[in-house]
Amino acid sequence: MLTKETGKLKIGESGDRSLVMTREFNAPRKLLFDAWTKPELVKRWLAGPDGWTMTVCEIDLQVGGSYRYEWTHEKGNRMGMGGVYREIVPNELLTATEKFDESWYPGGAIVTTAFREGGGVTTVETTVTYDSKEARDGVLRSPMESGVALGYDRLEKLLAENFA
Amino acid sequence: MGYGTQLGGTMAQQLDTTFSALADPTRRAILARLVQGEASVQELAEPFAMSQPAISKHLRVLERAGLISRGRDAQRRPCRLEAQPLAEANEWLERYRECWEQNFQRLDALLEELKAQDGRGKAVKTRQKRRTHARR
Repeated sequence: MLTKETGKLKIGESGDRSLVMTREFNAPRKLLFDAWTKPELVKRWLAGPDGWTMTVCEIDLQVGGSYRYEWTHEKGNRMGMGGVYREIVPNELLTATEKFDESWYPGGAIVTTAFREGGGVTTVETTVTYDSKEARDGVLRSPMESGVALGYDRLEKLLAENFA
Repeated sequence: MGYGTQLGGTMAQQLDTTFSALADPTRRAILARLVQGEASVQELAEPFAMSQPAISKHLRVLERAGLISRGRDAQRRPCRLEAQPLAEANEWLERYRECWEQNFQRLDALLEELKAQDGRGKAVKTRQKRRTHARR
């Protein structure tokens, strides 16, 4: 699997249509599951980059229940997304559909978040499976492979090594 | 997750075009070759064991995506790499990553707070238990 690591966050591809994001947290998985599913906690961290605030966070945590997230930028821009829960195993696993109001990739995606604990550290593995290979590739694969993700300044060296 | 990566319509369309142009291995290899300097269609066709019309088709896709430009020299029409769309695609991905890193750093802090609360909660319960036992 092709991966790129920045700090503790790993992003890579899996199969044809998925990308996988892995991050370790120094906390028991129950707390991670809470942080992912309790609106008052989600709002505190899922805010996005500077300038953005999570203004709506509604979670109906049951299979078939829906969730809705909205963010507002200090300059007034807004964006939103939501989906429906498909599988819930408390403290272990969440699967839900994902669709952005103004999506930058075609179709939607299914997001599975697995919480694994060992030695006081919880590994959260998020798998995003897009409707099509094209959508996934558009988000991740092609630019990763071509080295674009590594920065244009390093593109020359990378391409020279891989294709020369 | 797309916040911080949301773009105006034109910019989003440009990225779509860039990413789909990059999705093909031959086109990526052509770009890799052009990193070393401009080249003619013939020069590009050689290492790929492809016909010139097939290479020209790929070049048209790359040109439409703004990833390359063609020289005016009628005979050679050399291809050259255009840096801007690649830089924009790269910036988009970096923002996606940074966005998640920022989220997760906030989550680290939140988890420390929750652990501390949990610890205090347990300590209180233990004290209450002890008191109950003492009364008995």
